[in-house]
Amino acid sequence: MSGWSMIRIATILVYLFLFAPVAVVILLAFNANQFGGFPIEGFSLRWFEALWHNDAIVRAFKTSLLLGFLTSMVSTTLGTMAALAMVRYDFPGKRTISTLLVAPILIPEVVLAVALLLFLQALSMPKSFGLLLMGHVVFTLPFVVLVVQARLVSIRRDVEEAAMSLGATPVQTFFEITLPLMLPAVMAGMLFSFTISFDDITGTLFWKPGGVETVPTQIFAMLRNSISPEINALGAVMVIFTIALPLIAASIARVMAMRKLRASNRKTQAA
Amino acid sequence: MADTTNAVELQNVVKRYGEFTAVKRMDLTVPDNSFVTFLGPSGCGKTTTLRMIAGLTDVTEGDLLIRGKRVNNLPIHKRNLGLVFQNYALFPHKTIFDNIAFGLKYRKVAKADIAKKVTDALELVQLPHVADRYPNQLSGGQQQRIALARAIVIEPDVLLLDEPLSALDANLREEMRVELKRIQRELGIATVFVTHDQSEALAMSDKLVVMNNGIVEQEGAPEDVYNNPASAFVADFLGHSNIIAANLGSPNAAFTSVNLQSGETLLTTDEQTAKTKGSTDVRAVVRAEKIQLSDQSDTGEGVIAIPGKIKTVDYLGQQARYFVTANGRDWQVINPIDARPHKEGADIFMHIAARNCVLLPGHQD
Ligand SMILES: Nc1ncnc2c1ncn2[C@@H]1O[C@H](COP(=O)(O)OP(=O)(O)O)[C@@H](O)[C@H]1O
Ligand SMILES: [Mg+2]
Repeated sequence: MSGWSMIRIATILVYLFLFAPVAVVILLAFNANQFGGFPIEGFSLRWFEALWHNDAIVRAFKTSLLLGFLTSMVSTTLGTMAALAMVRYDFPGKRTISTLLVAPILIPEVVLAVALLLFLQALSMPKSFGLLLMGHVVFTLPFVVLVVQARLVSIRRDVEEAAMSLGATPVQTFFEITLPLMLPAVMAGMLFSFTISFDDITGTLFWKPGGVETVPTQIFAMLRNSISPEINALGAVMVIFTIALPLIAASIARVMAMRKLRASNRKTQAA
Repeated sequence: MADTTNAVELQNVVKRYGEFTAVKRMDLTVPDNSFVTFLGPSGCGKTTTLRMIAGLTDVTEGDLLIRGKRVNNLPIHKRNLGLVFQNYALFPHKTIFDNIAFGLKYRKVAKADIAKKVTDALELVQLPHVADRYPNQLSGGQQQRIALARAIVIEPDVLLLDEPLSALDANLREEMRVELKRIQRELGIATVFVTHDQSEALAMSDKLVVMNNGIVEQEGAPEDVYNNPASAFVADFLGHSNIIAANLGSPNAAFTSVNLQSGETLLTTDEQTAKTKGSTDVRAVVRAEKIQLSDQSDTGEGVIAIPGKIKTVDYLGQQARYFVTANGRDWQVINPIDARPHKEGADIFMHIAARNCVLLPGHQD
């Protein structure tokens, strides 16, 4: 057997190992039977219906959406500004700040979670939704910074210089030239931070104030009582949600690009 | 009052990066309507000087004047300049029309006038049908024409070009060079052109500024700089020169003898001896293409023949480059080829006329 086919088989096995449990969860979510297990006895959407009527879950879902939305907004704004500073300006301590900005990726989440908690205790601040948001921003920020930075490096400085030579102020240049050119990366950063926030559990468990649950902590809490089929349905919803969101965004971007290109081709042909 | 016939004026301009001085005390004028070229090797400070004029880099010391107005502290977007870069720097997300209209928008030109001006600019660069395309749908040469159109449509006080032709391949470069010169003449726009390519510089400039190590080595009309280099650097950088330390002999009737340290004696003219400031220590500069090779010695009025032996021959098509050894010294000679080039190893005479023996004062710079 050649080395390549061994690698291929190994790869397939690894992916099976990774994705089979997810597939099982999604399949069982449609199982009509109360007690999950194979073979599946009939197709049903009753667990999804049950989800819809479960107030705690709906509340958790709303909390997660709000938290994810706010996290992605704050993170993307701050991260984009940080990336701009890193790529376009020179200032003392730039290297240190750059390292600190991406450090949350390298530090274990538990350590980060405890550190932030202790820090706020030292300031004698109570846990709050604001704190939870702050925590999520801290560890989604590096993703935005890295993605936007990578894009900015490829935007040539002379394009901005050309804009200014033509009379645009630095601010006008940013909104007319730089921002549109880095928009794909900004959108990607936004999606990243949303999905990371949406399915985070470690930090959230430490930081959430009493009575507030996100979808992951809600699932975690429900698991402590029993493995209800509702959890499978909730898992399926989450999987679909986190996969569909980037896909939808990507296809919207593609459709827009195609439309733009087609419009320009049409005009060129007409000319 | 400052002299308003100069589009740009640099007075004692210095640029330092920390300890490093990139531009040392530069005095320079760009007259109205003229085409001025900065020529020099890579790293000599051409781009830095251009960026100071543009307002992209601060001036460390000295004054920078545009149309007689001191602009040291005027930001780039208020300077009314046309800027063209080596890599075109078109806005990739905007159509060609919007690229060219960009500067007009900030000048509050009415919509209808914008369309008219953009159309005219596209005509001028001979690309009338590309308004609706995007930059990546054009070739490199076309993109550079659009960059030029975008820069001139705003009727700038000065047009600044930093090696705008270097990214193009050889044929296209030549075509663009002619085109660029035509457009500059047509519009009569003061232009500063940066290049490290001497043929570009010689062909296009009204005024040539040869730079080296952050200083201006020489400036003047291209043929003056070419025929009368003011330093060994200029003599060597523009074309190929033989530079030999020598001592001036006493002047006789028409010419003065120049005794080379390698042993031969050349003749030179009074015009040249006037440059040596009374000293007899000089260097003789003889351009490679100003030496005539032939099998027989044929000296006429003011012509010296030096016997030598051809060491190597570079065949270049219409001409050949020879290295000729005479008295243990190698001379570079470039001659047109008549039928076939002289052979390696052949005994040969180098003929040098007095008017082609240029002098530099001193044995060294
Ligand atoms: N931002 C900078 N910081 C430090 N040194 C610089 C900077 N820009 C240019 N230099 C130096 O200044 C000198 C002149 O550079 P430049 O004007 O770009 O040369 P040219 O365009 O003639 O090739 C070079 O030695 C270069 O390394
Ligand atoms: Mg340069």
